Amino acid sequence: MIPAAFEYHRPKAVADAISLLTQHGDDARAMAGGHSLIPMMKLRMAHIGHLVDLQDIADLKGVTIGASIRIGALTTQAELINNTALTTAAPILKEAALQIADPQIRNVGTVGGNVANGDPGNDMPGLMQCLDATYTLTGPRGSRDVRARDFYQSAYFTSRKDDELLVAITFAKPVGGYAYEKQKRKIGDYATAAAAVQIAASGGRVTAASIAMTNLSDTPVYSAAAGAALVGTACDAAAIKSAVTAMLLDINPASDNRGPVEFKRHLAGVILGRAIARAFSRA
Amino acid sequence: MKKMHIELTVNGQPMETLAEPRELLVHVLRERLGLTGTHIGCETSHCGVCTVDMNGKSVKSCTVFAAQANGATITTIEGIAGADGMHILQSSFREHHGLQCGYCTPGMITRAWRLLQENPSPTEEEVRFGMAGNLCRCTGYQNIVKAILHAASEMSAKEAAE
Ligand SMILES: Cc1cc2nc3c(=O)[nH]c(=O)nc-3n(C[C@H](O)[C@H](O)[C@H](O)COP(=O)(O)OP(=O)(O)OC[C@H]3O[C@@H](n4cnc5c(N)ncnc54)[C@H](O)[C@@H]3O)c2cc1C
Ligand code: FES
Ligand code: FES
Repeated sequence: MIPAAFEYHRPKAVADAISLLTQHGDDARAMAGGHSLIPMMKLRMAHIGHLVDLQDIADLKGVTIGASIRIGALTTQAELINNTALTTAAPILKEAALQIADPQIRNVGTVGGNVANGDPGNDMPGLMQCLDATYTLTGPRGSRDVRARDFYQSAYFTSRKDDELLVAITFAKPVGGYAYEKQKRKIGDYATAAAAVQIAASGGRVTAASIAMTNLSDTPVYSAAAGAALVGTACDAAAIKSAVTAMLLDINPASDNRGPVEFKRHLAGVILGRAIARAFSRA
Repeated sequence: MKKMHIELTVNGQPMETLAEPRELLVHVLRERLGLTGTHIGCETSHCGVCTVDMNGKSVKSCTVFAAQANGATITTIEGIAGADGMHILQSSFREHHGLQCGYCTPGMITRAWRLLQENPSPTEEEVRFGMAGNLCRCTGYQNIVKAILHAASEMSAKEAAE
């Protein structure tokens, strides 16, 4: 499986990458780790005349941790897992990243590539919606911020323009308990269903909850109603049931090789129930 | 398409070749540099037989373009044995029947070699999780895990003795 020929570029600065993307229009494509893009190119599902390899752009790397957390787009999933300060500040990131693919792929696959890709099977988009993260996009007209909750339009269609780069992901340091729960057919597989949950509690009652689901629609699904169903409750069985009911109204899974719609809806409920219970126990 | 000049350090040796940017690292290693120890299995980033070490990390060389690897330091299975013979991991795979047909073995050993540098005394579970990107159709994994755990303890013992 050999992809069609392309011209290779390895710019050293964001501005140079953007001018290549601008100059070649939709014939050009950015590449981070290439672990979603190269498989598509091998299958000849992506036709790319000019490949813009981002690996040498230092400005896309690095993690800063303060009241808010900023993750450079080129940070690999392995770097995210091994960053202990980041794990202390936002432990849900490591819990989710460890459930992505396998060690070799996590060494190369980046957080930016994972969220920019737009594949509903990717785990980081739902995670970033749960954290209410903001994506910083830079293009020829300057920079703009888009919330993860507004970024995904349909499978492989996002608010990012062809000539924009995703530079960084920023979110407030999460508070309370967390869980990333994922059901997959085997290790390394994409989710049949997954849930990202953050819960803040005080005196045994939920004060805030954020819930997002993965691979259960053609985009990740942030379910505000599911989170709201938990607020004020003691996260008992009845509360979890109403959160699950609310979530089921927001997802729209398709039948595929991971199972029929009925199975996926059932599974989504089981996975969310487990994620809520674990997040609350850690809150 | 125009070929590119590619420079790599492979198993400690500087090497250069011409390759099209779209050529995969595994093809360059096997066909242009003649290092056929690294195998090709699925070619879809699943099986891990093409695992090599690139800049200190295990990667699947069927999912890296030659152009992307330009300038990198690579270790392949050919670079694992020392001047004094097989690496402890290699003899441990032989001793514990960690291979049958041997097709997956170069990837298994190259991955395990890096895993034991990242975590010199792993638990069985850590070995299984750390080897999750490498598939074997023959052994049922039991003896691969045994071989890696045994190599880990031998390597620590050897280090303590030195
Ligand atoms: C066998 C296998 C199993 C996998 N399993 C999972 C899994 O379980 N869960 C999961 O979430 N993922 C999984 N992945 C995908 C993996 O995590 C990818 O690495 C990730 O989706 C993309 O990251 P990348 O850096 O490789 O991006 P690339 O492949 O380089 O890019 C992906 C897309 O994003 C664009 N892009 C990348 N970076 C930028 C940027 N900075 N600005 C603008 N556009 C950009 C590219 O143009 C491209 O369209 C798997 C992959 C494989 C091969
Ligand atoms: S040949 Fe590379 S992972 Fe199978
Ligand atoms: S020994 Fe045959 S595939 Fe592993």
